[in-house]
Amino acid sequence: MPGKLKAKIVAGRHLPVMDRASDLTDAFVEVKFGNTTYKTDVYPKSLNPQWNSEWFKFEVDDEDLQDEPLQITVLDHDTYSANDAIGKVYIDIDPLLCSEAATVISGWLPIYDTIHGIRGEINVLVKVDLFNDLNRFRQSSCGVKFFCTTSIPRCYRAIMVHGFVEELVVNEDPEYQWIDRIRTPRASNEARQRLIFLMSGELQRKIGLKVLEMGGNAVVGYLQCFDLEGESGLVVRAIGTACTLEKISTLPSTATHQSNSSPSKDMKEPVFGEEVPGIPLSSGPPTPLRAQTFSSFSPSKSYSRQSSSSDTELSLTPKTGMGSGGSAGKEAGPLKALLRQQTQSALEQREYPFFTLTSFPSGFLLHVGGVVSARSVKLLDRIHNPDEPETRDAWWEEIRQEIKSHAKALGCHAVVGYSESTSICEEVCILSASGTAAILSSRFMQDGPLDTEHRFEEVVPPGCGFCHIPYDELNIPFPAQLTYCYSCRRSKVPDVLFTTIDLPADANITGKGCLIQARLCRTKKKAQGEGNATAISNLLPFLEYELHTQLMNKLKLRGMNALFGLRIQISVGETMLLGLASATGVYLTALPGPGGIQIAGKTPSDITYEQHISNMQKKINDTIAKNKDLYEINPPEVVEEIIGSPIPEPRQRSRLFRSQSESSDEVSELDLSHGKKDAFVLEIDDTDAVEDIHALLTDSPTPQGFYSCNTEIMPGIQNWTSAIQMFTSVRVFRLNNANLTNQGLNKIFSDLCENLLKSLYFKLRSMVPCCLCHLNFTVAIPEDELIQVAVTAVAMSFDKEQILENGKQSGEKTLTKAITENDEQLQFNLELNPESSHANPLSSPKGLSEVGSHPSARASSMEKASPLPEGRSRSLRSNRSYSGTSVAVVKMTPLSFIPGAKIIKYLGIINMFFIRETTSLREEGGVSGFLHSFIAEVFAMVRAHVAALGGNAVVSYSMKECVFMENPNKNQAQCLINVSGDAVIFVRESELEAASVQPQSTTHTSNGGEGT
Amino acid sequence: MSVELDVFVGNTTIMDKEVYQLWLNGYTVNDAVKVRIEGGVMEECEASADVLLSDTMDQYRTFQMCERLLHHPAKLANQLLFQIPPDRQAMLIERYYAFDDLFVREVLGKKLSKGTKKDLDDVSAKTGVSLKSCRRQFDNFKRVFKVVEELKGPLVENIRQHFLLPDQLARDYAAIVFFANNRFETGKKKLLYLTFQDFAFCAGQLINHWTLGAVDSMMEDMDVDLDKEFLQDLKDLKILITDKDLLDQHKSLVCTALRGKTSVFNEMEANFKNLSRGLVNIAAKLINAKDVRDFFIDLVEKFIEPCRSDKWTSIDMNLFLTHYTNSAHILDTFKHHAVWTRYMGVIKSCILRMYHD
Repeated sequence: MPGKLKAKIVAGRHLPVMDRASDLTDAFVEVKFGNTTYKTDVYPKSLNPQWNSEWFKFEVDDEDLQDEPLQITVLDHDTYSANDAIGKVYIDIDPLLCSEAATVISGWLPIYDTIHGIRGEINVLVKVDLFNDLNRFRQSSCGVKFFCTTSIPRCYRAIMVHGFVEELVVNEDPEYQWIDRIRTPRASNEARQRLIFLMSGELQRKIGLKVLEMGGNAVVGYLQCFDLEGESGLVVRAIGTACTLEKISTLPSTATHQSNSSPSKDMKEPVFGEEVPGIPLSSGPPTPLRAQTFSSFSPSKSYSRQSSSSDTELSLTPKTGMGSGGSAGKEAGPLKALLRQQTQSALEQREYPFFTLTSFPSGFLLHVGGVVSARSVKLLDRIHNPDEPETRDAWWEEIRQEIKSHAKALGCHAVVGYSESTSICEEVCILSASGTAAILSSRFMQDGPLDTEHRFEEVVPPGCGFCHIPYDELNIPFPAQLTYCYSCRRSKVPDVLFTTIDLPADANITGKGCLIQARLCRTKKKAQGEGNATAISNLLPFLEYELHTQLMNKLKLRGMNALFGLRIQISVGETMLLGLASATGVYLTALPGPGGIQIAGKTPSDITYEQHISNMQKKINDTIAKNKDLYEINPPEVVEEIIGSPIPEPRQRSRLFRSQSESSDEVSELDLSHGKKDAFVLEIDDTDAVEDIHALLTDSPTPQGFYSCNTEIMPGIQNWTSAIQMFTSVRVFRLNNANLTNQGLNKIFSDLCENLLKSLYFKLRSMVPCCLCHLNFTVAIPEDELIQVAVTAVAMSFDKEQILENGKQSGEKTLTKAITENDEQLQFNLELNPESSHANPLSSPKGLSEVGSHPSARASSMEKASPLPEGRSRSLRSNRSYSGTSVAVVKMTPLSFIPGAKIIKYLGIINMFFIRETTSLREEGGVSGFLHSFIAEVFAMVRAHVAALGGNAVVSYSMKECVFMENPNKNQAQCLINVSGDAVIFVRESELEAASVQPQSTTHTSNGGEGT
Repeated sequence: MSVELDVFVGNTTIMDKEVYQLWLNGYTVNDAVKVRIEGGVMEECEASADVLLSDTMDQYRTFQMCERLLHHPAKLANQLLFQIPPDRQAMLIERYYAFDDLFVREVLGKKLSKGTKKDLDDVSAKTGVSLKSCRRQFDNFKRVFKVVEELKGPLVENIRQHFLLPDQLARDYAAIVFFANNRFETGKKKLLYLTFQDFAFCAGQLINHWTLGAVDSMMEDMDVDLDKEFLQDLKDLKILITDKDLLDQHKSLVCTALRGKTSVFNEMEANFKNLSRGLVNIAAKLINAKDVRDFFIDLVEKFIEPCRSDKWTSIDMNLFLTHYTNSAHILDTFKHHAVWTRYMGVIKSCILRMYHD
């Protein structure tokens, strides 16, 4: 009995009128946890009841504490008939279970009803007393911290990165349990909401157990999704990266070192186009048996699978072992090989060397191979035992193995920026996984102090090292174009690089980045069962190939050579497949320039035809030139002769001796890239290509003053102001014409996305100059003939003046680095690099390197000096003075940071699931009115829960699911939304530095008023 | 092919002042889009008509959702649904409660009843203010009226606190409530030359000096009703015109004071008794609710019109009223100094305000 949960119901306000006769309400509250329920007294005839209840105490196992939400129901007392429910509040008490997170939940929380939406607010106090129980880690995993953030959280330092954790829970979907389909909306919605809350809690607890077993104390990059499979059940699954984190309280004293594994390995296509996945078809037994009972499944089962390497895995390892062994033999020092093997073995101990992180502590990411992805089409009605997770576990295992083998083929031992997703239509389910093959340093992956051994490890140049190919260029099975790195001239780099991760903070880039999207629609015939699955499987490779071609063309059109944050979403519907690939294009200085796009006609006989071609060619060339101008891509003209003659740039000097050891295995290699060359040829021999070119040219440029990207940070912009605006936009498009060609569909889909972007630019025009960051598109086909696109992103303003100095600044940035590298605090500085980089604009425009790096150091010492509660009260106070109301301002952002501010505490994960339904759609303003208010309500509930935890912002916010269904004929609609993020307390840097007088601090605070 | 659903929700609610005004003015979405296109917002940010339509729809929806809150502005600051910066909240409230002088002039002093609301289409046609906007303004009047009707304490302060309005707007609403409560007649042809601001000024005077709250702010009674006791006392002023001696004495005092100081002396001297009778009779009758309603029309008919036909200037008017008021205090047998001061103070400022073309 290791925990006591205490709850107190203080008051209510803005309650709805429940008694028409008196225009008042006789409200009371039921507080439920597990099977225990308490009630407050009835507070008669008031819309603002003051219950001021006693403390309701629940004595429970910590296992239950993790699984169950606290359930608060507000009811209207009725003497003669049944009491009417006003609404409910679910409180996730997980943040209270971790000593480093929140200590109390206190505040006004919206009372939510799935039919009426928010109906007033309730003021509650919730506390947990945890007893120290030596045995407490048996079934529960209290104390393991969860973060949605896909990088090491800002006020922590990674001691160890243990690796991949995953879990999956299945239950029957209450929506499908109603006998004869007689469904009471409220009861069924609430059952679903409650079930998903329970399952999320259970899932988190089980993941926590795995983390503890691995010796970690936190999960970073926690990604939880649910699959509404329909008849076969409801799946909640999660993946994450187990880590051991340490709160940064003092300046880190660990010596800085960077390790390196050899770059040459066995080799495969660096871009994903080649990895058209094998599509395994599920062929389960034809008559699946459905067990009626839901058996809660034991954590040990799936866990054992995780820790012990399975047979399938063994079958794959030898292949790689050979490859790496062979290449290692070629390499220089035996010590190096040894170190490499250590890393290798450290990773191979894991079943899946996957990391959901998208940005890494400095020195962790050594080389990037390229995107790896795998998809698989499954039939849900063939699940042998739908109530058990085994089948789904096996499916995902299959996919993960495939990803793993793809990575090996690229000579990489790890996959970073890893994510999984599904798309379900009736009984067909597409499972997808993707990530970036990479080679990681062993530094964060082994136990014990490694400093001594790793002193000898190589250091990769921070600006370009990650671009260096990890695979063996001798065994290229495809015509790749490799050149020597344009930065260091020491290693080979590919001509383009696609990745799913964020641009490393220290990467050398030229100009700015931009959002690049490939959009594709493919019709398919209506079909059932296996035939349908086969048809989809057959379409998938073409879809992926075309998306890839589109991405490549658009990348070249913008004069760029690399993609970051690549996310490909394939959505399946009855009669079509949708593919949407989003990424942030950038010009990596280390990679060769992209060359142009050349159009060639196959039969150059007709004069008008040639004319047509040359016209198009001209248009394309003009666009490329314009884009280069727009994105300020003007790489230093590379003189061909330099290639091969290593002229180290000044900042690499310190590492020179280390790099030399590598050169041995490089000199002998041939430069496979042919001369100056590489125009990308498009042959317009068929309509497809014409259409491609057309699509290329119809992408409208972003309006003046706007930039966009789908990554955390916009490459090339650092000087953010504190004005931020997070938003969600959803559009549903109806295709009335059933007989659309692929081209027609493509155009419609593409226009839909483009128009949505245009609308966003227009909406946010007051924030110019600004960048839409983390533009996250989600497409779905909710019904036949409907396309749904949802976007969540954040608009962030930046200072115009300093754009001009950008070139200079980036120069200074590297200078900063060069200086700090001599510093003993290297690691600290680099870890906080993104922060110090937006601390830069705060400091004097001259951007002295010292000023750039110091604020963060000062900030952390500040934090050490002031105990946390004080910090919290300070931030809250600032909110109050700003808002002048009783409602605290809560910022929301999909990014992991807040510009101009320092996150001083993580309060816990926010993971909320809501259903909203209406039977009076027209009266609520139609579908748009309905969804508009629902999304607003979801935001409000997230903000309220964060504020109740004592926070003033949500970072890494995402709307993971937005399932919208309508039936206009019945005047009905239903929507499910799942959101998540990390609740934090932040303090404005200007506040932190109030002591040190900074001229900009005043303007900074005034900016603070602007955005949220 | 059509966009079936299109929403945009920001963590901070985005509201365009221009669109808000169009919404308040009762424009339909399509008309609002037209106005915006003409306003040139499209060129400004490379948008298309579709984008503008989508944005306008979105904002209209937001405003509709906010409207419920705007009915109780205090809730706007405490609600959780929309995160709106305080300055924006103030803007929303102020504009929502703003009204057209033309419109308010039409309903000023009328009973804020369903009947009046039904006639709003006529008002709309007459004033050129859209029916939608008329309804909002009317409902605002009615809502404010209902809330403050039963409240104790100073009227303006009550309105300001309950509806979070800026000072001037709160005063205007106080005037509207006061007029509606006392049903002052403002629509007669002779009164048409008066603007709402004229009436609002007069209402301010009446509220500040003639209500019960004016004498004792701690009193339980409210600012919306005239002080009954005072109205009763006003009857005593009749002595000024019924007592022949007093009337003559009063006249000679005023004439002595004004001789040579005004160009309309002769007219004043000739008309003195009529004017004085007019003013005192108004005072004496105010105890009847019906005569309260005719207060302004009486002032115009009994005093302002005769003076105007004699071509008094405002300066003449000021001089006369000053001496007329002060002289009464010198009269030996006149005992009702307090009531007289209280009465004439308001009458004087009202007449001066109302004395224009």
